[in-house]
Amino acid sequence: MRCISPLLAITVSLTSVAQAEEVSVAVAANFTGPMQEIAAAFAEDTEHEAKAAFGSSGKFYAQIKNGAPFEVFLSADAAKPARLAEDGFTVPGSNFTYALGSLVLWSADAERIPAGEGAAVLQAGEFRKLAIANPKTAPYGAAAVATLQALDVEDAIKPKLVQGENIAQTYQFVSTGNAELGFVALSQVIQDGEIGSGSGWRVPAELHEPIRQDAVVLTQGKDNPAAQALMEYLHGERARNIIRAYGYNLPE
Amino acid sequence: MGFSEADLQAIGLTLRLASLVTVVLLILGTPIAWWLARTRSRWKGPVGAVVALPLVLPPTVLGLYLLLLLGPNGPVGQFTQWLGLGLLPFTFWGLVVASVFYSLPFVVQPIQNAIEALGKRPLEVAATLRAGPWDRFFTVVVPLAKPGFFTAAILGFAHTVGEFGVVLMIGGNIPGATRVVSVQIYDHVEAMEYGQAHWLAATMVVFSFLVLLVLYSLNPNQRRF
Repeated sequence: MRCISPLLAITVSLTSVAQAEEVSVAVAANFTGPMQEIAAAFAEDTEHEAKAAFGSSGKFYAQIKNGAPFEVFLSADAAKPARLAEDGFTVPGSNFTYALGSLVLWSADAERIPAGEGAAVLQAGEFRKLAIANPKTAPYGAAAVATLQALDVEDAIKPKLVQGENIAQTYQFVSTGNAELGFVALSQVIQDGEIGSGSGWRVPAELHEPIRQDAVVLTQGKDNPAAQALMEYLHGERARNIIRAYGYNLPE
Repeated sequence: MGFSEADLQAIGLTLRLASLVTVVLLILGTPIAWWLARTRSRWKGPVGAVVALPLVLPPTVLGLYLLLLLGPNGPVGQFTQWLGLGLLPFTFWGLVVASVFYSLPFVVQPIQNAIEALGKRPLEVAATLRAGPWDRFFTVVVPLAKPGFFTAAILGFAHTVGEFGVVLMIGGNIPGATRVVSVQIYDHVEAMEYGQAHWLAATMVVFSFLVLLVLYSLNPNQRRF
């Protein structure tokens, strides 16, 4: 009997390894905070493990098309998952919107944007630089430009615009004070449901097209139960609460 | 397909930046190289190490500290504002300053090596013939160390053209001011415009190859870089 019990232990551990799969996920940089929490909760609730890589969606798109071993892609927009689907790199019909991004006009200076007066600050134009993410590549940048257009200040502010390559760099320009103001993701500055430091103005959703962030299962993840489990988990209450806590909205 | 207007603007800007940086670096780097080659001071080690730092530091480190130092709360930023120059990040001159730091070792080291290789003797002989210090520098050191200066200028220029990380960190991607070729290529790739990215990227490969080819063909003894 003594010789059997170690064997038994090995067999048991092997079975549990076989059940707990690992899924490799490419995650848009703006979703870093929530994804870390979701991955921890996912491991607790399902015993599967989600291994996340964070970066710009544009780079992930290029990498996935060139054989990167990701199984699930959480993009910062809806366009890239759609394009990957057209090109046959995804499991058909697996796209869904996991979060709707919220845009905020933010300054590191607590006095810079008086409560609720973001639009007035933009119209007065008394600042040196306004940072936005590159509108050509970053959905938050495109939403920022749409907001400036809706407020009819685009031409006046254009000479003051500086662009970050992505939303993380845009935040860096503003947080170091090199740009007094900037349009960043609410998820970057939110703390306990409020704007944590500096001052900010939540841009009303009707000023720009919704920032739909889509998730998709990639061809490599087709037969991985953990990939499917993660997609289902993102629909679940616990994940949705985490996503909401970071200032994202959820589709109806 | 060929170059778009924005591509051409980025190419022009890059060439302007690299030329200016090369001139500044030759003026600034030569005395540093001279001092490093000649001195017996105990500061030789530390100064040489500081000059070489950009060789090993990731551009993100340099970019981050430049952003903090040159920004409104940094000492350099407060100084430039006090001078009435405004702030350097997001301007062409900000890129010049950053590139000078970033390409410094590529200019100082070849000149320093060339001067060290000369030894003291030609200068001592010139001195006995009553050549003053400036005379000795321009009629003895410069002609004899010419291959070193040549290598320095080419590497300084090429390295500035190839710069990306630092520009990305402090540039702000402004057309005509800070959007250089490497950033433009990055933008094309991010926007999934692979065709346009190829045009610029292939041009960079050909350009870099030709520069190094010229360097190695005309200057076969300076292959250390």
